[in-house]
Amino acid sequence: MADGQTRQSAPVTMTGTPGPGGTGGPQGRTIERPKDVRGALRRLMHYLRPHRGGLVVIALIAALGTALALAAPYLLGRAIDQLAKGNLRALLLPVLLMAAAYVLSAVAQLIQGILTVRVSQKAMRTLRSDLFNHMETLSLRFFDARAQGELMSRLTNDMDAISQVLTNNAAQLFTGVLTLVGILFVIFILSPWLALGSMVAFPLMIGLVGTVGRKTRNVFRSYQARLGALNAVLEETYSGQRIVLAFGQEESVLTHFDRANEEVRLTGVRAMTLALVVMPMMGILSNLNIAILCGLGGWLAIRGAVSIGTIAAFISYSRRFAEPLRQLGNLYNQVQRALAGAERIFEILDTIPSQSDVPQAVELSRVSGEVKLEHVTFSYVPGVPVLKDISVHARSGERIALVGHTGAGKTTLVNLLSRFYDIDEGRILFGGIDIRTVSRDSLRRQLGVVLQQSFFFSESVLENIRYGRLTATDEEVVSAARLAHADGFTRRLPQGYNTILSERGASLSEGQRQLLSIARAVLADPAILILDEATSSVDTRTELSIQKALNELMRGRTSFVIAHRLSTISGADQVIVIEKGRLMEQGTHEELLAREGVYHRLYHSQFRNQAKEAS
Amino acid sequence: MRSLLRLYRFLRPYRVRAAVALMLLLVMVTADLVIPHLTQRVIDQGIVPKNLYVIITTALYMVGAAILSASVALINNYLSVSVAMGFAADLRSALMRKVQSFSFANLDTLQTGKLIVRSTSDVNMVQVVVMLSLRILTRAPIWAVGAIVLLIFTSPRLALIMAVAVPLIVVLVWFFARKARTMFLLMQQRLDRLNIVLQENLAGMRVVKAFVRTAHEMARFGEANEELMNRTIQASQLMAVFIPFMLLILNLAIVSAVWIGGRMATAGQMTVGEVVAAINYLSFALFPILMLAGMLGPLAAADASARRILEVLDAEPEVGKPRQAATFAHPKGRIVFENVSFSYRGNSTEPVLSDVSFSAEPGETVAILGATGSGKSTLIHLIPRFYDVTSGRITFDGIDVRDLDIHLLRSAIGVALQEAVLFSGTVRDNIRYGQAAATDEEVMAAARAAQADEFIAELPKGYDTVIGQRGVTLSGGQRQRIAIARALLVKPKVLILDDSTSALDIETEVRLQEALDRLIADSKNATTRFIVAQRISTVLLADRILLLDQGRINAVGTHRQLLASNTMYRDIYRSQLGEPPDGEAGDHG
Repeated sequence: MADGQTRQSAPVTMTGTPGPGGTGGPQGRTIERPKDVRGALRRLMHYLRPHRGGLVVIALIAALGTALALAAPYLLGRAIDQLAKGNLRALLLPVLLMAAAYVLSAVAQLIQGILTVRVSQKAMRTLRSDLFNHMETLSLRFFDARAQGELMSRLTNDMDAISQVLTNNAAQLFTGVLTLVGILFVIFILSPWLALGSMVAFPLMIGLVGTVGRKTRNVFRSYQARLGALNAVLEETYSGQRIVLAFGQEESVLTHFDRANEEVRLTGVRAMTLALVVMPMMGILSNLNIAILCGLGGWLAIRGAVSIGTIAAFISYSRRFAEPLRQLGNLYNQVQRALAGAERIFEILDTIPSQSDVPQAVELSRVSGEVKLEHVTFSYVPGVPVLKDISVHARSGERIALVGHTGAGKTTLVNLLSRFYDIDEGRILFGGIDIRTVSRDSLRRQLGVVLQQSFFFSESVLENIRYGRLTATDEEVVSAARLAHADGFTRRLPQGYNTILSERGASLSEGQRQLLSIARAVLADPAILILDEATSSVDTRTELSIQKALNELMRGRTSFVIAHRLSTISGADQVIVIEKGRLMEQGTHEELLAREGVYHRLYHSQFRNQAKEAS
Repeated sequence: MRSLLRLYRFLRPYRVRAAVALMLLLVMVTADLVIPHLTQRVIDQGIVPKNLYVIITTALYMVGAAILSASVALINNYLSVSVAMGFAADLRSALMRKVQSFSFANLDTLQTGKLIVRSTSDVNMVQVVVMLSLRILTRAPIWAVGAIVLLIFTSPRLALIMAVAVPLIVVLVWFFARKARTMFLLMQQRLDRLNIVLQENLAGMRVVKAFVRTAHEMARFGEANEELMNRTIQASQLMAVFIPFMLLILNLAIVSAVWIGGRMATAGQMTVGEVVAAINYLSFALFPILMLAGMLGPLAAADASARRILEVLDAEPEVGKPRQAATFAHPKGRIVFENVSFSYRGNSTEPVLSDVSFSAEPGETVAILGATGSGKSTLIHLIPRFYDVTSGRITFDGIDVRDLDIHLLRSAIGVALQEAVLFSGTVRDNIRYGQAAATDEEVMAAARAAQADEFIAELPKGYDTVIGQRGVTLSGGQRQRIAIARALLVKPKVLILDDSTSALDIETEVRLQEALDRLIADSKNATTRFIVAQRISTVLLADRILLLDQGRINAVGTHRQLLASNTMYRDIYRSQLGEPPDGEAGDHG
């Protein structure tokens, strides 16, 4: 099995935090591209479809708000014209209209913001639920193939990126484009000549954002690559820091690190400087535009072609033109990242839950406990069988010990009983019924599992034991705990049965954790039991409790035990010796010893040392 | 902001550049503020009196000012970026160098994940703020002050609008910021909760499936998901209200300027150009305040990051410099524990080890056995000074390990830890880790002794196979064997195997022990071996078995002695191997 899984704590990022004004600016993450922009977009849209009505309202309000915001500079121009004429009475109307326009546009913006948040967060919730619920149905093969930490960080980061785009950027994109089009429309109506004059600067702005943007992306890609390399160095050094110290490699680590660090600094200065070029350039063009407007506008004004107010309005519009342009440039990367993230999420959603139940699957009722494996062959990767032609017959109530080297296939064998994986050839029968013909859930209800590494949820001890049977009363939970010798220490915990266990159950010893997971299995009251015996030794008293609890648990049930202890093996009804996926020997401890085969050798390898020592 | 300010020392090497960048900001702001003034000139002296010459020349001045402002901005950008990048690189380097001085005790509190976050995203947060300070954060106030001065200069009456708008904005920002903090905190909590459920389901998938609890878990996630959504909507709505509100104040200030300015203009107290200029100054003055309000978030985040960074930089390395830096020319490997006690710092109530005394002669094999948590690993970690003893002392060839040069001490000790950490690179590089100059023959010899050469030969490229993140995945047992080979290659005087064979099956482990025996017998200078083990079969052959029980030595002896005399040892034996054979009947083979 996969051992030594690295569990990384993913730096948690906020989901959908609209920072004031948006933090913007390119920093941090790799620029990714989605493979199929349209496909990802279409599927993302699917999540917005239930909110179609809301979206239409948002679009209308956004359009209204933008129009109102654009009306204000025009009104400002009118006001200044009246002011230049010295007509105070005529000034009042545009001023009041202006105030109204601002207030209404603020209200529109506010409503739009609130509605957008609601729609996007609801869509995000549905997406998260869909993903989680889908993952619950995926087979273990899916999780075997992926590092848990990576999966976790992908889920959080990708979700975050999508949420950002839906909450902030989509609206920005919409209003940004609307503003640009609106400004162009208004200025051409106001004064075509002056508008043409401005056109000298506008295309320059657009072109600048485009070219610098493209350049920046290239430089940024190399910056990101260096940053990635540095992060790899950091991660590896810090996670191996104990080895670094033990082997006295501090100096070589530093040389390595310094090189990567310096490269990040150099490429970083280049990338960021280039990225920031846009700002002053936009500034210069914006100011240049004002100069053009003043020069050309002044000349036109002298000839009476435009009014001072129009010039003032133009200046105001030209300031407003730069901001959405710059935003659109930034949006590009954000949207790309979100779509790439969405693609990965859809990829998981598209993973087919490998084995669904057969159409006529029946509910398996309580079985007697007789288990038969007939010529079972199984492979994780097609063509590389992990188990070959295994046949075992366990009579009701028997204890079967599975023995063999690590990687021989013992864990795989018991996983097949739970149908975590489906077999390639042969049959597995529970009380004469092929387990592939019954529903998986009803099958698993017949089985109790105690794994070597006990796993608990961050809930109370009570709830964790109850996990075995959700309908159990508190009394039943406690009596299961008592039977599993878990009652005593649980009562001594700070809050007794209500003590919350942390994920790694830090407050409990390893032995106590094993006892709790036995209690959980006791409560489930299965007909067939699967035990993965712990290899590590706990203190002797707890060890004794565990042995007693297990004996209690196994009484009257058919049990399959992946055995590491001789005592367990010698007490079994049948010992199954597996080597390299094949069943080598089968029989009781004594029978197998007498046969002087694989088991004999395996058994004596544990005692060889002792023999030598004795001689 | 205190933590951020404490990081100032990392800016010191760049103070000249930073100062120049700030000076340039002044030039920039001046050039920016000149433009409204020039607009006023165009209107009052150009358009109104119909003077084309003034219009053209003023427009040219404007172009000049724009170019000046932009070129100064370019230089400022370059300077601030280089300051910020240098600052960040120095900070990362300081963190890395600090960590190199850490003992295991420091690493216990500041684990890998924390260290990585501090050196990456935390440094990034602070870097962003440094860059912003040199560009926007400082520019905004200058801008605001300059605009206010010019506004007062142009029209003191219109400047009074500021007296209303500014306090209003400040109060609102304060109010929203306070409210936002609690809301985002609540949201973060829900997010953590959701992530816990997700994490648990990924880690405990087998349990969920085995107990048929999929529906239950979906409901659990659904609940957490719903709560997160509600909190996120609440927090985001606050921001959705905040931003339009602030903009509205700015805009209404402008509207009132138009009205008041209009009245004054019709009364002849102001020119039209002055009114237009005043409106521009007003937005110049208020806009930076909004910008600053937007900066509060990143600033607070950067301060939190700075605090986390300082937590690392302020950590005291628990293993100090040697007291007198003694050296030894030819270490022999005699290790003596004299009344050693140890407790982790801050947990003085429960010592992990109490009053441990024993000695190990060169060439001896000492096995340490005991339950989880009995202090086995801690005991052997004291020898290479991964931790320092709390009381008592440990001597290496008669010298207190705390008096030895730490590199010399550690280079005489080979260690294979429980968790076999390998680095990305080839198998060969990994084995050579402790001694980069080792020949291929030496590498192969070490691998052979560690029972690793067989599976290495079966890897796609043998010793040149790349392992780690982008390479071949090895099983736990394979990794452990490479880690042991790595420890053997340094030809240590003391070899420490800290439960480092737990993933090997017993046969391989026995072969490994035998190979180690031969290797040690071969070399002229004997190696002292310390073995921590869970399995009794691992320790059978040791010259001496230390039986640890809750930090104390319960018994010392050979397997036979302990089996004959010690109840605890017999209990362990029984639970693992069944009924112990009596007396000399221990011979099974």
